[in-house]
Amino acid sequence: MHHKSIAALSFAAALSFAGVANANCGVTSGRVNIVGNEFPAIQTVAANAAKCAAGTMTVRSNLTANHQRINLPGMQGNPAEYTSAIVATSSIVALLNDDVIRPLDALVAAHGQDIPKNQLITVNGRVMAVAFMANSQHLVYRKDVLAQIGVQPPKTYEELLAAAKIIRERGIMRNPVGGAYQAGFNLGQEFVNMYMGYGGEFFKAGTAEPALNNPQGIATLEMMKALSAYMNPDFLTHDSNATSAEWRAGNVALMNMWGSRTGVLMEGPGNNPTIAANTAVGAPMTVGGGKTPATTLWWDGWTVAKNISDDDARATFVALKNGVSPAILTPETMGQAVWIIPGYKPAPVNQGVMDTMALGAKPYPMLPYMGLMHSALGDGLAPYLAGRKDAATTLADIEAAYRTAAKEKGFLR
Amino acid sequence: MKHKTFLQFFLPTATAMFLFIALPIVSVVTQSLYAPHRQVIVEVENCTPFACTKSTTIDQAATQALREAQPLGRFVGLDIYLDRSHLAAEEIARLFSQSAGPGDFMRRLLNLPFYRALAFTLTYMAVVTPLSILLGFFVALGVNAIPRLLRGPAIFVSLLPMIVTPLIGALILFWMVDSRGIIGTAMIWLTENPNLSLKASSVLTWIMLIVYGIWSTAPFAFVIYYAGLQTVPQDTLESAMIDGASRWSRIRYVVLPHLLPLTVFMALIKIMDNFRVFEPIVSFNAGAHAQSLSYFIYADLSGETRLLSSAAATSVLTILGVLVLLSPVLVRTWRQFGKA
Repeated sequence: MHHKSIAALSFAAALSFAGVANANCGVTSGRVNIVGNEFPAIQTVAANAAKCAAGTMTVRSNLTANHQRINLPGMQGNPAEYTSAIVATSSIVALLNDDVIRPLDALVAAHGQDIPKNQLITVNGRVMAVAFMANSQHLVYRKDVLAQIGVQPPKTYEELLAAAKIIRERGIMRNPVGGAYQAGFNLGQEFVNMYMGYGGEFFKAGTAEPALNNPQGIATLEMMKALSAYMNPDFLTHDSNATSAEWRAGNVALMNMWGSRTGVLMEGPGNNPTIAANTAVGAPMTVGGGKTPATTLWWDGWTVAKNISDDDARATFVALKNGVSPAILTPETMGQAVWIIPGYKPAPVNQGVMDTMALGAKPYPMLPYMGLMHSALGDGLAPYLAGRKDAATTLADIEAAYRTAAKEKGFLR
Repeated sequence: MKHKTFLQFFLPTATAMFLFIALPIVSVVTQSLYAPHRQVIVEVENCTPFACTKSTTIDQAATQALREAQPLGRFVGLDIYLDRSHLAAEEIARLFSQSAGPGDFMRRLLNLPFYRALAFTLTYMAVVTPLSILLGFFVALGVNAIPRLLRGPAIFVSLLPMIVTPLIGALILFWMVDSRGIIGTAMIWLTENPNLSLKASSVLTWIMLIVYGIWSTAPFAFVIYYAGLQTVPQDTLESAMIDGASRWSRIRYVVLPHLLPLTVFMALIKIMDNFRVFEPIVSFNAGAHAQSLSYFIYADLSGETRLLSSAAATSVLTILGVLVLLSPVLVRTWRQFGKA
């Protein structure tokens, strides 16, 4: 969802790449059907996987922004409709929870010896996915505006607030801070970022018991409210798309934005040349004197379905291995993502995500019950930001909502 | 009608209703009484391109055995109905003993998701139903009074809100009330308050949803009333005119009584529809300020971890709610038919 592209484009997503070219991947039988999100990097992977089609082997793909709604049902049947799902840090959890993806150790041993070890995602020592790109949220700022007020790009959220205050006081922009604070997934994600920046833990260690209602939780809420005071008053309805639109319109000078969404702000069609030329990326910010940046690291990777024949699984593995091999990196595809593929050379736009990794940001928690926590946060934070509830009550209510859902799902008694 | 003929006509409908309405309801009720098994959680080490971290995962082998023993899940009876996301039995009991006065009780009751949603749903229904019917009635009267030549275009224009896809109609209004949209900007200019945002205020959001609701459903009432107006007996109207009845008296004493059955029918349909209000909340991104029972079902099913039992329980509560709301009308209809 974090790099959900324009909805209209998703209609064009149900493309079949069957029989494009024969890349001779060494397999000539089996059925490959990939489901995944729809943005340029994943399209590149799917197109390159399709080049393996040979003999009776077929490769199809369904790339859509709605992939999370269809990947689980599409893999629960036997045989599964989709032989592979391209997932991210959070969405693999739903597939793991329902046991629809298979361990890849045997396939890696037989066909994937050349995949670098750092690309292998392991759960409990077993390879469950192969990562191919990284993503994170980080600072995006307007060079010209910061130069005008004589301030360096902020390294902390406190500095960002100070800069925003000056920009407003000078009358340059009324609401200089952008943020994807739409109630729901986006707002939940911003809390996760900030809370991790304060060093908070979501659960009591090793259990599904929530542990949000603490000083870090309160500090997180207060920082989010302070930031929202410098945002467009409609902020609770702004997702990443709307925030990007505010950026392009020149209404915003500072924001925390996904790396995968920054490229189009600098080079995409329809940009105001002055704004695009002055758009720059910076490292993710820390908060409250913490050392770890207030952001999360995400990977995108591919999986292989459990409920398919070994023949189909082998074809799927080989096709996707080919889809993320170093050969796919061309001048055209290089800037599409922060590839975790040997031979990748970061472009300036990718610096934010590279910095996130270098600064030791934590990966988004890959816990079976994190999705429930994220939903509870996304629904429960809005009343506080809208000024209808105090911070402690908000956190207590979020914990209560999470607890109810976790009890239903059998994570808590 | 012969029984055989009746059966021949009715059987296909009955079969379809059984297959597509009755069976799914049975399945939803069943689902709401069961919840997923207790998850067997194990602590593991996960490695990603960034780092290895201690984490937890579901022990699939252990869970598998549980699943095979009880494929439906674990039976929880009414637990889901009574949990905090639904009727919140425990929380309400605590409210009775702890809250300081009725004001505090209401405030804390409306903090519970189900009752907050009910508050909006009932308000929406209570305001939109009569106002949209009333608006439709006046438009129908107006259109009926203009020269025949102009009626075609007038009907078309009046029907537009219904012709436009609800999602599109709502989106257009959504953009207009944006703080940079035409209505939003106009309101900021009029009130001279640069921080005014329709979308940030719960009260204004509710008003916006209600206005949209009236606008989008009035054409339905208009169409029905317009058709009804064509059947008003002309001789009664004429004799009323001869007796010197004013236009208003004719409407009050001839037209309205004639259209009463239509009004009851429409109120029935509208109450049902408005109780299940959903589209405007989604298209106005209003989830932060207004929720309805249907919206909860949607939210439960669209998270990364789906809450099927919770969604099923909300669906059953919605059906029960509709039945309760319609019961006065249903009882009345039953009696009328009983007499005849």
